[in-house]
Amino acid sequence: MSDLTASGDGADRRKAIVNLLARNGILIAFAAFMIGFTLANERFLSFDNVLGVVRSSAILGVIALGVTFVVISGNLDLSVGSMMSFSTIVMLDLHDKLGPALAIPVMFAMTMALGALIGFLVGYLKLNSLIVTLGMLSAIHGLTLTYSGGKNMDIADKEGTWFSVFGQGAVFGIPVPVVIFFGLAAVLSLLLARTAFGRKVYAVGGNGVAATFSGIPRARVVFFTYLISSFCVAMAGLLQASRSLGSQNTVGQGLELDVLAAVILGGASLLGGSGTVFKTVIGVLILGFITNGLLLVGLQFYVQYVVTWVIIILAVWLDVAAKRGRLWSPIA
Amino acid sequence: MSIPALRLKDIVKTFPGVRALDGVSFEVLPGEVHALLGENGAGKSTLMKVLGGIYQPNEGQIFIEEQPAKMASPLDAKSKGVVFIHQELSLADELTVAENIYLGELPRKSFGRVDWTTLYEKSDAILKRLNCGFTPQTRVGSLSIANKQMVEIARALTVEAKAVIFDEPTASLTDAEKVVLFDIINDLRARGVGVAYISHRMDEIFTISDRISVLRDGSYRGSLITADTNEDEVTQLMIGRSLDLTHAIVPNTLGEVALSVENLSCGSLFQDVSFQVRAGEVVGFYGLVGAGRTEIAETLFGLRTATAGQIKISGQTVKINSPTDAISHGISLVPEDRKEQGLVLGMNCRDNMTLPQVGALTSGPFVSSGQEVAIFDTYHEKLEIKTPSWKQQAGNLSGGNQQKIVIGKWLSMAPKVLIVDEPTRGIDVGSKSEIHNLIRDLASQGYAIIVISSEMPEVLRVSDRVIAMFHGKIMREFSAEEVTEDNLVQAISGIGPDKVA
Repeated sequence: MSDLTASGDGADRRKAIVNLLARNGILIAFAAFMIGFTLANERFLSFDNVLGVVRSSAILGVIALGVTFVVISGNLDLSVGSMMSFSTIVMLDLHDKLGPALAIPVMFAMTMALGALIGFLVGYLKLNSLIVTLGMLSAIHGLTLTYSGGKNMDIADKEGTWFSVFGQGAVFGIPVPVVIFFGLAAVLSLLLARTAFGRKVYAVGGNGVAATFSGIPRARVVFFTYLISSFCVAMAGLLQASRSLGSQNTVGQGLELDVLAAVILGGASLLGGSGTVFKTVIGVLILGFITNGLLLVGLQFYVQYVVTWVIIILAVWLDVAAKRGRLWSPIA
Repeated sequence: MSIPALRLKDIVKTFPGVRALDGVSFEVLPGEVHALLGENGAGKSTLMKVLGGIYQPNEGQIFIEEQPAKMASPLDAKSKGVVFIHQELSLADELTVAENIYLGELPRKSFGRVDWTTLYEKSDAILKRLNCGFTPQTRVGSLSIANKQMVEIARALTVEAKAVIFDEPTASLTDAEKVVLFDIINDLRARGVGVAYISHRMDEIFTISDRISVLRDGSYRGSLITADTNEDEVTQLMIGRSLDLTHAIVPNTLGEVALSVENLSCGSLFQDVSFQVRAGEVVGFYGLVGAGRTEIAETLFGLRTATAGQIKISGQTVKINSPTDAISHGISLVPEDRKEQGLVLGMNCRDNMTLPQVGALTSGPFVSSGQEVAIFDTYHEKLEIKTPSWKQQAGNLSGGNQQKIVIGKWLSMAPKVLIVDEPTRGIDVGSKSEIHNLIRDLASQGYAIIVISSEMPEVLRVSDRVIAMFHGKIMREFSAEEVTEDNLVQAISGIGPDKVA
């Protein structure tokens, strides 16, 4: 780093070190965790365990990919957890009524209709995304319960359906959810980083006014980010339904915060304009490994909630500190 | 009178990799207005932040009435009698004027309750002294920008100030409001307060200051007694070379009428506006803030919807309902607020420049980096944009170079009509003339150009014709030969003898 080579006094050097730590803080912390867990439990870095972590992170990860688009465009999506419950329940119900081949596209259409509604409210009516998606969190939950009558949903013939392949199958020993997660990540990464649409997402999130002054249809861009987000949720619902073949109405409850945590851990700014699909994948994996590591060293499952958020707040603090060049400042 | 109210000696301030201030000394005598000049990045604001306790210097000393002092924080500086009037207003909109004036030091009664009676009495006394036309109970959010500035000044007067620092105080003031501000500064001077005055505007500095000191590249370049110097001398000191400000317009050969606006109205913002711009011509729009100039630009660019009238491009009547429509008809707008409207500051220079046409620069489904870089390189060279590479974030460039990115963005769209709103707002003197020459140069290449500006010298320097606006109406149109500062001022204040009914 050029900062380190600059002929500065002690204060400058300290600042440069703070900067270095802040920029790579999350990776450093992650490395420390990984080393610590590996020393504490030799199973931690075994192939089976790593694959297990990725597999159990896949559903959350798929949703986080879509939310990345929403966050980069400068909005939030808190409805994804309850939307995933909806798509899972709908999928399981229609599986028996329509047969899996027809049920899948219908479930995708229904879920994406919800995404389109949010996109319309936030994009075209310019309502605050926090309020809209918080409201939708509750409204979709109600919709799910109404749909199912409050009962758990199960597939009648769990042994005989080919539908279980999405959640339980494997390709060359790699679980299908993992294949779908990485495959979708690759496609969406190209969409975000390489296409004109992706560029517009960054512009709208970075400075929506300037985007408008450059002739970019801001409302349409925001609309499509929510459509992508709901597509990813539908995919996650498909994986969840296929994996369990039966589900409660609350299967996705609380997921929205984990998803947001993964996206922020990856380094996307909640103010919009920055972040990448790759970074989100890293965020998802960090989150997965922390949960797994805490369990392996014998901590209670519930401790992960506390630890995860301590890490996120640290990450956000270091990010802000890096931008202003010191850990604390009286002026922002 | 002999000992300075405030004195800085050999101040050094470094940031990682940058020596922002290199042994700068500066003093303000009681009852003196001492102007501080310098281009953007010369170190003016850094110096003032050291004075105001926002930055701590690495070396050097600060004296208040020749007593060594250390400014730990802005509040500390204020308690020592050094008050800072910020360039960007730092007021709480939802609080009252009185609460803002005494923010952080509200008078208290027992149990920490606010002593409202004392608060309002004290605030009222200060407002009276400033001849303000509003009460202490007014909500700050409801005030005009000029009145907000007054509140900021009132805040400075709560202590017996020994020195007051004004950082570009007139940036958002109208001419009438400036007069009030200068009265206040004169009043401070008369009462023996030392005033440090930072500004870009040469005319103001000559109106108000007693002494002028110049910074360049973080070091002190000399001081001049205002009464004994002139603009040329000061400019030379600032930019290290002399600048040809008296540049006569060389008219271009005019082409066809590129833009014709007929009886255009937009609600109460402007009414019945008609004018034409030919290819190769620069038409300047001059008027006070709120005269409707920017609103016309925004209507032509599809950001507002006209309520009546017609827009013709090359003789064809066009419908413009969105910026996309405007762009497709060859109208481009370089907006007045570069940072808010012109650029995505966190995005790199290349991506900013290609933003309006990124959808067309594709090979297959993907954006072609090669085509984008080719566009950037073309305008990087043509406009002489100073940036090491296209990868640089737009936010890291100087004001003048940022403006060139925005101009390049629109030139790359090959527009027929280029509208430039406040082309040099917040841009330093050296880059200003560069932008002016660029505008003339573009006109000679056949672009039809509209320049909107609040700075009269700028309008006079670039325009072939000047349109004067007042309260949403066109008052008069001048050719370059007939326009003078006098008749222009008359026309925009609605008192001209030639006022068109």
